[in-house]
Amino acid sequence: MDARTQEFVEYVQGGGQVETGDWMPDEYRAKLIKFIEMHGNSELMGVLPEREWILRAPTLQRKLALTAKVQDEVGHSQLIYRVVEDLGKPRSQCLQDLVDGRSKFHNVFHYPTKTWGDVGVIAWLVDAAAIISQKALLKCSYAPYARIMKKICWEESFHILHGRDVILTLMNGKDEQRALVQEAVDRWWGPLMTFHGTAIPADEDPMVFWRIKSQGNEEARQQFLDGYVPQIWELGLTVPDQELRKNDDGVWEYSEPDWDELKRVVTGHGPMTAERLEFRRRFLEQEAWVREVVLTEAA
Amino acid sequence: MIFEVFRQERRGQAFAHAGSIDAPDLEFAEAWAREQYGRRQESEALWVVPREAVREVHDFPDELSKTYHRVDGYSLKAKLKEARERAQTAESAGALSADG
Ligand SMILES: [Fe+2]
Ligand SMILES: [Fe+2]
Repeated sequence: MDARTQEFVEYVQGGGQVETGDWMPDEYRAKLIKFIEMHGNSELMGVLPEREWILRAPTLQRKLALTAKVQDEVGHSQLIYRVVEDLGKPRSQCLQDLVDGRSKFHNVFHYPTKTWGDVGVIAWLVDAAAIISQKALLKCSYAPYARIMKKICWEESFHILHGRDVILTLMNGKDEQRALVQEAVDRWWGPLMTFHGTAIPADEDPMVFWRIKSQGNEEARQQFLDGYVPQIWELGLTVPDQELRKNDDGVWEYSEPDWDELKRVVTGHGPMTAERLEFRRRFLEQEAWVREVVLTEAA
Repeated sequence: MIFEVFRQERRGQAFAHAGSIDAPDLEFAEAWAREQYGRRQESEALWVVPREAVREVHDFPDELSKTYHRVDGYSLKAKLKEARERAQTAESAGALSADG
């Protein structure tokens, strides 16, 4: 590592923040692009499981709220792709790499939404898991990314409330509705437990080294368990893990998540990966003429 | 084209940079900015500015160490102490001579 890079590393590790025009090591830039692009992809792909339920939502109010959530998430992807673009990778290239399967998106968005219960569990628990990571990113060493995280976190809190409201309404309903929620929790528990990644120690995590992230994966998972397992239990729901319990020292114990499945899913072999990427590709092609017309008229 | 968006949260507050958007022209940029930064009535007003119109300025050297136009250029503690002591001595000296 040359002296300039060494100085940069010390700067970010000491809490220093970096702006777009500042000098930065190539490796830092590459790591930022990869990490932030995957976040943008996830926001964009994350609306597809929910979009499928807009027309099937039980009331007009729910349709509107779900549409608003979808708009928020697409808005997040726009903000995030802008940050990537200023780092040197155009949005059009991000979208192309996404539909070509050359870049990744979060594991939870590769699964089907079978019932309205899944929609509630996604907004409540998947968004909760995501907000834990996103809150930690408020301290990211790359300032433009940290800044947009403020707006994103603000909007995420509405998503969690919407999710909780859906879940509470179902739980106060009939046995069939409660069963719907329990089945959804059972289906989503596995993906939720792998969501924050393997328990790689923070000092071995390259993202932590560059202070792109400041939170270890296991730390995030523990925070999720601590915040949400009690909320699940208090509603009379169960978590499909016999080993799950909080030790006297405050640490949650759980059975080993299925890391092979995580790897399979994020490398493009999830149950819905192909279908959802195909959907994105179709719309990207179908709407190409709109971009063309708008850009020629503006030129 | 990239447009920078500045947002005023409440009347009377300063406009602060909110983020940037990608739009083919100013009209589109306004529409995007409204959606991205105003749809929950979270803003009082927005400034939408083409990025090229923003001149970024860095580095403000102070070669002459001009401390006289800063508050930290003035340390009054020692001087004030001396002035107070002087005033006190003068006062007691005056009192003595009045007695005599
Ligand atoms: Fe989001
Ligand atoms: Fe969300």
